[in-house]
Amino acid sequence: MNAEIRPVKTAAEIGLADLFAASCASLPGGRNIETVRRGAFERFVAQGLPHSRVEAWRYTDLRRLVRDAKPLASRPDATAKEAAGIATAAFANLGFRRLLIVNGAFVPELSDLADLEPGVSIRATVNGLDADDADGVLDGGDDVATALNTAFAADGVIIAIDPGVVVTRPIHLAFVTTAATPAAMFTRSSLKIGAGAGVTLIETHEGPDRSDYQVNTALRTIVGDGARLDHVKVTSEGGAALHIATLQAEIGAEAVYSEFGLVTGGAVVRNQLFLKLAGEGTIANVHQASLLAGRQHADITLTVDHVAAGSQSREVFKAVVDDEARAVFQGKITVRQGAQQTDARMMARALLLSDEAVANCKPELEIFADDVQCGHGTTTGALDDQLKFYLMARGIPEKEAEALLIQAFVGEVIDAIARDDLREALSGRMLDWLKGRE
Amino acid sequence: MTALLEIRGLKAEIDGRQILNGLDLIVNKGEIHAIMGPNGAGKSTLSYVLSGKPGYEITGGEVSFNGEDLLAMDPDERAAKGLFLAFQYPLEIPGVATLTFLRTALNAQRKKRGEEELSSPDVLKRVRELAKQLSIDPEMLKRPLNVGFSGGEKKRNETLQMALLEPKLCVLDETDSGLDIDALRIVADGVNRLRAADRGMIVITHYQRLLDYIVPDVVHVLSAGRIVKTGGKELALELEATGYAQYQSEAA
Ligand SMILES: Nc1ncnc2c1ncn2[C@@H]1O[C@H](COP(=O)(O)OP(=O)(O)O)[C@@H](O)[C@H]1O
Ligand SMILES: [Mg+2]
Repeated sequence: MNAEIRPVKTAAEIGLADLFAASCASLPGGRNIETVRRGAFERFVAQGLPHSRVEAWRYTDLRRLVRDAKPLASRPDATAKEAAGIATAAFANLGFRRLLIVNGAFVPELSDLADLEPGVSIRATVNGLDADDADGVLDGGDDVATALNTAFAADGVIIAIDPGVVVTRPIHLAFVTTAATPAAMFTRSSLKIGAGAGVTLIETHEGPDRSDYQVNTALRTIVGDGARLDHVKVTSEGGAALHIATLQAEIGAEAVYSEFGLVTGGAVVRNQLFLKLAGEGTIANVHQASLLAGRQHADITLTVDHVAAGSQSREVFKAVVDDEARAVFQGKITVRQGAQQTDARMMARALLLSDEAVANCKPELEIFADDVQCGHGTTTGALDDQLKFYLMARGIPEKEAEALLIQAFVGEVIDAIARDDLREALSGRMLDWLKGRE
Repeated sequence: MTALLEIRGLKAEIDGRQILNGLDLIVNKGEIHAIMGPNGAGKSTLSYVLSGKPGYEITGGEVSFNGEDLLAMDPDERAAKGLFLAFQYPLEIPGVATLTFLRTALNAQRKKRGEEELSSPDVLKRVRELAKQLSIDPEMLKRPLNVGFSGGEKKRNETLQMALLEPKLCVLDETDSGLDIDALRIVADGVNRLRAADRGMIVITHYQRLLDYIVPDVVHVLSAGRIVKTGGKELALELEATGYAQYQSEAA
């Protein structure tokens, strides 16, 4: 017999099963939604929490890292809403359209929904669930994290932009956790961008440092032909938080998709991105920076699927890892048979600031077409002592010299952000992190 | 009067190998000292030990700088107190704009000395002025430090840093190497502008040529980690004619 032997269920798996049994009926949605949820949970049960022998989760063993299941967060009361409004100062002064999601629930009354541009619609995911229509709400995604998300998703934001509408004011999804007691939040959002339309979407995720909470958030986006999406995700969860995020993007022909991710917070972070470059001449640029300290663990796992001819993708991942933290980058570029003239490059660089810091970088290429240009590389190293001495010999104190060199290292990915205001704000985040080291 | 720099019996090793072998040197304010010597004599080692580069073990002797124990200070502290080393091989630092670097260095030193920090426009003004004197294209200041600079541009950039930071003691390690005659003149003029009654200089060079432009008060021969001969500027010409062979055998 070589049938796979299911390992003993962990406390967290048992807890999740109990949680699903107890809450399934009361989660938003009618019978259709419930059917989808049950199907998703069955898929989860069949696989269990991913562990290190599952290739896609090789460095992030959730059987080990998730000790228990937390109760589902209740919808925020007035106190929580008020606390959230105060807590999230991120990008507040930049004039973005801010939509507030508190403890996993979209809060329209604290969100900026005034003067919506014609051709833009924004609604709560819970409304879509209540309408019992899974299409455009819970569709897509068969990996285990998304399956769990589908099973428990309670709310989120659904955004649609009509063809040809270029939204100049960025939309900011501010996810804030205020829960002081352990809780789990499952949010599901969707962004549909019509052909030739364009938008900048920023996601920030934050929460209290001392609270042991869990976030499973998913965003599915469909970027129409010739459309443009600039997506920025800042993961700065509290120091004890577990954060699992899934981005699924289907990007049309001649569309331009730019992704920037910054991870500074969270005890365990898994940001997974599944990009499908579905049409010809699509351009995708992905830049990621992880700044980690203490015992943080942050995993960026990315697949880029080149389906049609003549598309281009660039992935640059930079990790700065201090103390006993661990940065993981797994990147896989697939070039399908029909995707001739694909131009794809992936680079992962890690800067280790302590002897105990770890970086696991695993870039992969899987190419089925013959006329392509693809490449990848990784480097891992410490700060250059010679450069540090040169700076110190000019009077720059050691910590400041290190900060300059770290900034220089991360600079390349931050410089990739198109908007000046965002780039400056994110540089500011990086500087804050560097100050925290001093 | 306290000497600007006083080195007594300095011994230093790296990776277990002794390079400086009991070196004595006194530099007073207003003086320019040339240190000449064969390759491998320990000239760069001396400059690194003075500026505090990690990796060297001081096994004997002492160094006082304006009466203070230089060897007890971190490199940034030495710089703030007025020590400047113009590197033989200036390093490239990708991602750090030259101007940012200059501003950070200047203000870090000022801060440490308890002086007011300068605003970005003030720093820019000073830097532009100096760049002009040194025939440095202002566009270069926006580029990452020394990245893609030619050998001559790097040396001019070192000179600019020195002029901006206004050190008390300038140590120039083979500033002439890799320079054509025009670049050499520009750099030497820059150095000469810094000659001052309250500033000392140590000009390290393998060749006499540089000393035609930067005329020293004292010339030393460094061989096998010690000063083996000291004289006036005519000693440099003598060395040019006879070479270092006699000092090498003397030291051996
Ligand atoms: N890291 C090192 N380990 C061992 N020997 C070294 C090291 N660096 C320099 N040296 C040796 O020290 C001696 C002096 O070098 P250096 O000070 O650069 O000489 P100079 O500048 O006079 O040419 C040389 O013999 C050189 O090989
Ligand atoms: Mg040398």
